[in-house]
Amino acid sequence: SQVVWSMLGNRQFCSYKMTTKTQNFCRNEYNLTGLCNRSSCPLANSQYATVREEKGRCYLYMKTIERAAFPRRLWERVLLSKNYEKALEEIDENLIYWPRFIRHKCKQRFTKITQYLIRIRKLTLKRQRKLVPLRRKIERRENRREEKALIAAQLDNAIEKELLERLKQDTYGDIYNFPIHAFDKALQQQDAESESESDAEREEDEEEEEDVDKREFVEAEDSELSDFEDMDKLETSSEEEQEEEEEAQKKASHSKSKGKTPLKGPARRKRPYIEIEYEEETEPSTKTKAA
Amino acid sequence: AGEGSGPVPGDGTDPPAPERVLFPPTFSVSEIKNKQRRHFMFLRWKQQQRKEKLALKKKRRKEREALGDKAPPKAIPKTIENQRVYDETTVDPNDEEVAFDEATDEFAPYFNRQTVPKILITTSDRPRGRTVRFCEQLATVIPNSHVYYRRGLALKRIIPQCIARDFTDLIVINEDRKIPNGLVLSHLPDGPTAHFRMSSVRLRKEIKRKGKEPTEHVPEVILNNFTTRLGHSIGRMFAALFPHDPQFIGRQVATFHNQRDYIFFRFHRYIFKSEKKVGIQELGPRFTLKLRSLQKGTFDSKFGEYEWIHKRREMDTSRRKFHL
Repeated sequence: SQVVWSMLGNRQFCSYKMTTKTQNFCRNEYNLTGLCNRSSCPLANSQYATVREEKGRCYLYMKTIERAAFPRRLWERVLLSKNYEKALEEIDENLIYWPRFIRHKCKQRFTKITQYLIRIRKLTLKRQRKLVPLRRKIERRENRREEKALIAAQLDNAIEKELLERLKQDTYGDIYNFPIHAFDKALQQQDAESESESDAEREEDEEEEEDVDKREFVEAEDSELSDFEDMDKLETSSEEEQEEEEEAQKKASHSKSKGKTPLKGPARRKRPYIEIEYEEETEPSTKTKAA
Repeated sequence: AGEGSGPVPGDGTDPPAPERVLFPPTFSVSEIKNKQRRHFMFLRWKQQQRKEKLALKKKRRKEREALGDKAPPKAIPKTIENQRVYDETTVDPNDEEVAFDEATDEFAPYFNRQTVPKILITTSDRPRGRTVRFCEQLATVIPNSHVYYRRGLALKRIIPQCIARDFTDLIVINEDRKIPNGLVLSHLPDGPTAHFRMSSVRLRKEIKRKGKEPTEHVPEVILNNFTTRLGHSIGRMFAALFPHDPQFIGRQVATFHNQRDYIFFRFHRYIFKSEKKVGIQELGPRFTLKLRSLQKGTFDSKFGEYEWIHKRREMDTSRRKFHL
């Protein structure tokens, strides 16, 4: 009523009122437009109506003067039908003889509500992004542990060790020609026995080695699949290896170390190409190996 | 309070500490109220401790030398790796059951060389610049991989399409606040799906002293420290990303190193300087992964059968227990 509005609206304090620079808003849940006006204040108008939705169904709430003394029964609730046009008719029929403003605003509000309900239903069918809250303590703990694990891992050393292991086990075949190992071995065996026998021995050794590798389906120590993957490489390159070792003996006089210089970048890349060409030149015909 | 030794400084000039400072046994440095004095006494006390420790070490060394061969072996310092709780699913290299499992699991066709890996890399919706660049770099590291933008497509719909086009693996990089923070790796024809938490992503330009770009050669793969049964299967998943025959001409190596349940990925170029020395140069992106869950089938968050989930309450209770 007028008295209520003159107290709450303009002069004194209304707890539902929110002021911003340009507008006054009303936080009252029964408010029809959301603004703080003389005509939209549910407290100041003794005859008032709103549309609100609950769990996807829309209700028309009405307040009349007769029930002003009974706050519990103040708001009368009418369920509106799910059909849009029918619901509009229901609003009209319930709010017959009510002021035009309230009727119009109720229908507008009802329209907006149905529109957003439709949008909700459409969105829930699409993919929803699930937000998972991070726990700060846990995040910090994990980061700390990760740093410590990184230090404990000593990655560079581990990788270098692994690569050297692979080199030793001849997975690279004859690309890297460090004949020192093979040369020393060959020298020792040459001293002990004749050449052909040592060749046969070496072949047998290599065959045994490969069989052993094959049997060890999964290698222990650190890496597991590396050897398995390179198994084929082993087979194909072993033949060349055998020849290379023979060659190494012959090349004993001019065994220049074909070790690469530690250059980086393009210079590094040139070297291998040159070496491979060299090796191809001297490669004799390959023997066939009994599998 | 009994201080029991030497002159106490007044003007800020510290007199030299005597050789052997005697502190009465009931003395504690923290009882002195005066901060300057307390600080001074504490320093003295610290020096004292250090001297004692040194003396102890010397004595021990002398004893050791005196015993000669009969000396007890040096004590091995305890590390977390030493003290690790023994996991009963640790894979024994000669285990036949494991070998049989591996011969018949989803990766068998890969390891029998029947399939060539073909990888699809994608992101979550609306990737930001950093994630996009990371995807591109990842695509250069993994041979035979393609990057496709997500554009709001549901994973469940694109998986059958991928299978139809002969993709063997799917990688989805999840993004949060403009940085990639999750990785879903799914082996496609009905293979296991692993969900990782990704951290410390460094793009190529952020790596110091990096080399040139990774070339098209097929890199080698190093898998370190995947000891348990779970770690084994994850390791095979990673291995299945790369083609079988590494091209040694390229001299590139991709490393997945597992340490305390964190998997560090690095991409290097190596060069053998001599027989006993190798130099490595880091190129390519780097990141660390932590396994969150392993699912039996392809990616299905609601109805999938989870083989392993990281349950914080149960699994994070012990500092010495690791699962990979």
